[in-house]
Amino acid sequence: MQKPALSARRLLYSSFWVSPLPFWLTLFFLGPLLLLVWLSFWDVRNFVLQPDFQLDNWVKILSANYFWQAYGRTFLGASCVAAIASLLALPCSLAIGFILSTRAKLTVLGLFVVPFFTSYLVRVYSWQIYLTDNGVISNLLAAIGLETGSLLSSKFAMQVGYVTLTLPLVVVIQSISMLSFDRTLINAAYNLGCGPVRVFFSVLLPGTRAGLILGALFAFIFSFGDFVSPTYMGGGKFPTLAILITDTVKSGQQWPRAAVIAIVMIGTLLIVALTSLKLAYRRK
Amino acid sequence: MHLSQATRIILMVLCAGALAFLYAPIMTNFVFSLTADRFPTLPISGFSTQWYELAFGDDLVIRALLNTALVALIVAPLSTFLGFTAAYTDYRFNFVGKKLLMVFALLPPLVPLVVSGLAMLAYLSRVGLSGNLSAIVISQIVLASPFAMAIIRLRLSQIDGDLEFAAQNLGASNWRAFWEVIIPLTKTSVFAAFLLSFAVSFDEYAVTWFVGGLNETASVRVLSFLQSAVSPRINAIGSFTFVVSMSLILCAQFITLRRFSKEKL
Repeated sequence: MQKPALSARRLLYSSFWVSPLPFWLTLFFLGPLLLLVWLSFWDVRNFVLQPDFQLDNWVKILSANYFWQAYGRTFLGASCVAAIASLLALPCSLAIGFILSTRAKLTVLGLFVVPFFTSYLVRVYSWQIYLTDNGVISNLLAAIGLETGSLLSSKFAMQVGYVTLTLPLVVVIQSISMLSFDRTLINAAYNLGCGPVRVFFSVLLPGTRAGLILGALFAFIFSFGDFVSPTYMGGGKFPTLAILITDTVKSGQQWPRAAVIAIVMIGTLLIVALTSLKLAYRRK
Repeated sequence: MHLSQATRIILMVLCAGALAFLYAPIMTNFVFSLTADRFPTLPISGFSTQWYELAFGDDLVIRALLNTALVALIVAPLSTFLGFTAAYTDYRFNFVGKKLLMVFALLPPLVPLVVSGLAMLAYLSRVGLSGNLSAIVISQIVLASPFAMAIIRLRLSQIDGDLEFAAQNLGASNWRAFWEVIIPLTKTSVFAAFLLSFAVSFDEYAVTWFVGGLNETASVRVLSFLQSAVSPRINAIGSFTFVVSMSLILCAQFITLRRFSKEKL
């Protein structure tokens, strides 16, 4: 007799906890993304959006030269950031994983997390001050006889911006896999006569592969979609996909074309992410 | 690990260098917010608070700051609640598709901000919600709740899953067991999640810029300043936002990591 009542109460209890976030995300995250797909088939007549089903936007964008140039530039740029940020993060995660004391490693990890949540915009603005002509860095270089002029509005400056954005994430992800790495494996390798270099390349790197790949993946994802660094560090001279979207949306009603670009971005990131996850968790 | 003294020193120096790279722009921002020069150059010619006076005497800035506070005060509790429900779901229940649901819940921050911005702008303007503060609140909750969820899930994973069932065996109802076991053990991490979502909302500039229309938050105001011209006013507002978000994050970290430092890492 009591059983159905009990399980009904249980059901009520569990659905109270299970449903709120999926509800919110379906309504305000999945919904918008699905609309975006539909939007890419719409038409714009007299500056007004018209629901429609036509392939015009896709044809226009996918046959445009400037789109593929921006695509190549964005993909290559993001791959560079993934490599650079991973390399810069490696000594940090090694230090956090294997050198620092427990207290120190938590403090240092904390110090790496803080910048991720502080204004990226303001930090990019500060980099502009460093890199502009007559800025701090070119003045320093001039003092030792190197005339560089403005370092701003260059691909170098863009990379500085991207690394500023992604380095904290990569360090944290790499550190997690370094911290959870089984130390006895290292000692075993030493006992079997491996030198430190060989331990690093044949034991530690393969053993922390997942963290290294995930770190690079996050750097790729975040720089791939970033519009701040290409706009304010690259000076808009190197339009990326994110810039194409902001320009299209902020300058007019061509949302359907921006939607096409957005879907291509999502598709690319999905493929890159699934490939990386496969590489990261593949069993030998 | 058996590392030579030289390797240790090199790794520590490189690690310090990476931190210097991340903190240099933050530090210079504080320095230049207090200079007397129109254009930030070295050596600094004099000390002045004029940029703070200029920035905080600007009606647009004040209005933006009020919007930021209002938005964050709504976004933070709601994100914390939604994040909590998802974290607790993952901890307590088992059902088909739970893993998929959790991946879905963590997805929003990984979608490029310009893509979510465009999607939410199009969607919210269809239902007549774009261009006002509620649009900003709605979309920021999507972006902030995964962070709240992560920080609370981390705490729940340290709690023995049988505690609640033990309470029920002793006669407590679901709610009673939850109230007496889970709440006391998670309340500090809930506070940390609140601070973290507040910080995420406080610093969000992209989606807010897309869906907000003419309503600006402080970070969107900074974006507008960036678009117009170099102005040391950005340094003044920037220093203020740095102080706020760094305090929020440091508090959240202190609360979260306090427990970890007692355990072995």
